[in-house]
Parts: sequence; structure tokens; C-alpha cells
Amino acid sequence: MAIPLSYNVRNLAVRKTTTVMTALGIALTVAVLLAAFSLVEGLRTTFEGSGHPLNVLLTRKGSDSELSSNFPRSVFNDLKFKQGIAKNANGEPLASLEMVTVIMLSSEEFPEGANVNVRGVTPTGIEIREDCRLTSGRWFTPGRREVTVGSSVAKRYPTAHLGGKLKFGRGEWDVVGVYDSVQAARNSEMMVDLNQAAGDFERSEVLSSALIRATDEVARQALINDLEFDTRLNVKARTEKEYYALQTSSGDLVKYLGTFVAVIMAVGSCFAAMNTMYAAVARRSKEIGTLRVLGFSKVSIMLSFLIESLLLSILGGLLGILLVMPLNGITTGIGNFVTFSEVAFKLRVSPEIMMRGMIFALFMGAFGGLLPAFSAARKQILTALRQI
Amino acid sequence: MSDVVIKTRNLTKEYIRDEFHVVALKDAEIEVHRGDFVALMGPSGSGKSTLLHLVAAMDRPTSGEIEVLGSKLNGLNDGAIARWRNRHVGFVFQSFNLIPVLTALENVELPLKLTHLKKGERMQHAATALKLVGLGDRLGHFPRQLSGGQEQRVAIARAIVTDPDILLCDEPTGNLDAKSAQEVLSLLAKLNKEHGKTVVLVTHDPHAAHYASKVRYIDKGELLPDGTKPEGWN
Repeated sequence: MAIPLSYNVRNLAVRKTTTVMTALGIALTVAVLLAAFSLVEGLRTTFEGSGHPLNVLLTRKGSDSELSSNFPRSVFNDLKFKQGIAKNANGEPLASLEMVTVIMLSSEEFPEGANVNVRGVTPTGIEIREDCRLTSGRWFTPGRREVTVGSSVAKRYPTAHLGGKLKFGRGEWDVVGVYDSVQAARNSEMMVDLNQAAGDFERSEVLSSALIRATDEVARQALINDLEFDTRLNVKARTEKEYYALQTSSGDLVKYLGTFVAVIMAVGSCFAAMNTMYAAVARRSKEIGTLRVLGFSKVSIMLSFLIESLLLSILGGLLGILLVMPLNGITTGIGNFVTFSEVAFKLRVSPEIMMRGMIFALFMGAFGGLLPAFSAARKQILTALRQI
Repeated sequence: MSDVVIKTRNLTKEYIRDEFHVVALKDAEIEVHRGDFVALMGPSGSGKSTLLHLVAAMDRPTSGEIEVLGSKLNGLNDGAIARWRNRHVGFVFQSFNLIPVLTALENVELPLKLTHLKKGERMQHAATALKLVGLGDRLGHFPRQLSGGQEQRVAIARAIVTDPDILLCDEPTGNLDAKSAQEVLSLLAKLNKEHGKTVVLVTHDPHAAHYASKVRYIDKGELLPDGTKPEGWN
């Protein structure tokens, strides 16, 4: 049977200062890692929750994003009556030709300005995005320089408030409404009339993309296959969900950087834990000798010190989670490498992320505690008993 | 004649310290019978503790044989020796060696963690052992809250809690005042007489040796013949 756990817990409590300092080192490392993970998790939730399952996004072949895609109006006219495209109550196909560009807006966070997506759509484009509901004001009127902004844009950019004016294209645009969608990525955009925007940006014939609604899942796949293989059209077809999921990669750099920094810090934390545990082994040499005389095996001694190191790391892990918890739910923005515009999202410290942080802390405890635990177990009884 | 519980033959322990070859014990032969109270006496560095450590299998001899309770210790591996020691030997140290973060009761319970007893039974046994040494009212005290004599009595309770056959005591009164030392020695004598424990006591205190039924002397690593004292020893 093992040496009682209370022996380890009380020893940690006895040397409070060392325990807390080492645990704090581990906590900071865990916090850095979790901060990076919470950002990626927030982005993932934002993008993976976006897009209608029956919507198919069309861009020009070879373009990964709407922004870099040139989508001719003529191609749209050729495909909008394809079989499998759903129709609205008036019997018109749910197919929306769209133009996407970016403008710069300044915010408190980025006074020098950040890129925001402007999406030119027809009324069908709004109809196809039934998840976008007005929270205030109204939708833009076709033929006017009016803009309806997503809720994240309204929150983050003071100039984009209802009743405000935005200057882009060839003049000033009135902010006439704010919409909100459960599909969070949409809230980082603003919508304007397609033809007004196309005129302002001189893109009357060559726009960006088309969004079409399939009648059902089978039709969706058939449509994708049909459009992809139609060489005349030269379009790339994929589900809207797939398109948004690809954008999660925007957080990759932060994720890798955060992990890299955390790993470097983890090496330091491992040494701190190792140092603490070596000191504990040295100070308790006589106790180790006594436990061996009482009949405890070398393995029991090793496990006991390893467990103590793990307890230390659990404390560090919990502190790290506590440190990072205030980040949960904070809204921030990140440059989206696909759309070259800012996407707003909430940092998420999910239970899964906390678990990952705890496992990371336990690894630090195990690596830091292993060598001291070995050295404790290898002590000769008499040598251990003679050390002061 | 009573059973032989400890028997050594040509027991020798040598080691190298700072490049010097030291013979700590040379060809020691001793027999201890069940129920004996043997005092091993001699000046500091004479080898008496070395002999005790070898008998407790805390150290390995350079040569010679040790047989304790019928087990030849030379042939046992570390794990087997640990189990054997837990079952058959109680050890009392000069400086008590209690675990400071555990209470008296928890300290005494420690060796029982290696048995199959359940928690409640272990606690009951530990409390009984503490009552036997007169510390039934100090169960929840930590070592720092006890006097030296009380600490040593807790250590004795810890040594006897597994009901071992042999009690090996290394200068158990060395760190105690005269009154506490007398209490501890009386306790060991009681355990020997009333509970039949075989006691081997290492000491250089002649007063302590008075409690023993047999005294053997060691000088310069040699166990002197029965009834012989080192030169100049009173």
C-alpha cells in the first residue's frame, strides 16, 4: 500500500511559500497556453457555427476567398436557373449575386483603423440569410447609399452606430439598421445594395461570388458536382459551412505562437518543480530512510514524491485556469487571413480547454518530479538516515 | 533451550571512507534467543550500530551470514527485505525519526499501511499501541507538540504496532533526559517481560544496560566473547 496522501498534502502546506511560488510558475505557463487555446476555440465556434447547411457558395475557380474572386454577372445569369436551386414564395430562385470588398473603420481598439467586410447584396441575398434579423432600424433601400451593419460591427466601431454616416466608395453612406445573426461570422460584416456598391466601386459586371440555396442535401451535392464540372462556368462550388470552417485557420498563428511560448515556459516551470522537489527530497532524507526502515519499498517512495509533484502541478493548473477564466466571453477581433478583414469573436475557456490545461500542468509536474522521485527511491537507507 | 531468533556467523562489514579502508565489524558471531533482552555496548565507533543495522537488514554485510527468525537475509532482495522487516522487526532510533507532518496516531499507523488491515482496524491498533506506551491522550498531537520522552514513546508504539518478534533499538535514550530515559527503558523492559518481545539495545550508557538480561561488548569492530569487557571499560 502507498504512503498516505496526507503526508504529501501536509508537506506541501508546511512549505507554503515554495509551494505557492512553484505553483504560480506552472499557473502562468498554463494561463499562456489556455489564453491561446481560448482564442482559437472562440474563432472555431464563430466560424463552425456559421453558414446554412443548404447554402452553396460559388467563387471563381482558383480563388479561396470571395475577396479575391472575380465572378462575372453573365456566369450568374447562366447558373441561377439550374435544377436543384430552391425558390422563394414568388417562384424566384434563391440565388444571390454578391460583391465583397473591405473598407477601413477606426475603433477604440484600433484607432488607426481595421478592415471590415462590405457585402453588396440584392433583396434575395437578405432573404437567403434568414438568420440575419434586424435588432434596430431597417434594411437598406436598393438604389440608395444606405448600409445595415452586423451587431459586432455596430459594437466595435463607434462610427457604425445607427444613424451614423460612413464614408467609402464615392460618398457617404447612412447607417440605417443593425442586424444580428446566430451565425456569428455574419455579424462582422455590413450589407449594402449590390448595384449601388458595384457602381461606387466600378465593378458592375465583375462581382465577387454567388450564394445559392439548394432544395435539399441531395440536390446540394448534385448542384456542387454540376457546377464544378461545368467548364464553361469556371466556378468553385462548396458549401457555405465549409467556406467558413476554412477561416478558422486565421487563429493558427496565435495558436502556434501561444503553444511555442507555453512550451518554452513549461521547460522553465519543469525546472522550478524539479528544484522544489529536489529540495524536498534533500530536506526529508531522514524521513525517506525511516519510511524504508518501516517497510515501504523504493517504488512506494518514488510514487509518493511523484504524487507530491503532481499535486503541486494540479494546484498550478487550477491557479492557471483561475487566471484565464476572466478572459471567457470577452469579445475581441482578429485579422482574417481569408477575407483580409477583421472578424469579431468571443474568447472561450471551455471545459475541454480547461482539461487540456490541467493535463499540460500534470505533464510539467510529472517531468519535474520524476528525477527527484528517482533520487529519493535510490537513496541507501543508512545514507538517507545520516543526512541532516 | 529457547529458539534462536538472531544468529550471525563471521559477519564482517568493511567500507572505504575518504580513500581509507575501514573495518566496521569483523567476524562477529552472536546468538540471540527468543525473549532475550540483549544490550550491545561499546565506545563510539566500535561497530555496535553497524551490527544492529546488519541484523535489521538496513545494510548488507561484506561477508558472513545473518539468519534472523530462520530467514537468511543475504539471499533476499530489496522488496523481500522491506516486507520481512515490516512483519518481523520494530526499529527504534536515537532521534525518534517521527514524521513531523503526521500526528502521533498517524505515525503509529504508518507501518500498518503495509498490512491488509482496513482503515478502522489500523486506527484501532495504532490507538492501542499508543495506550500501551502511556500516550492514549496524545493521539492527535503532532511530534512538535510532544516532549522528547513522549516522542520516543510514540516511536516505540510505531515499532511494536505490527506485533514484531524483535525490537531493535539504536541508542533510544541518547537524546533524552534522565527521567525520560528511565521511562523509555522501563517500557522496553515491560515489552520484553510482559509481551515476550526480543529486544536488542545498542547503548554506551551502563545504566541502560542494567535493564538487559545479557550484555555483549564490542570494541574496534570485534564482538568480544560473552562476559568480556573492553580494556579500561567500567
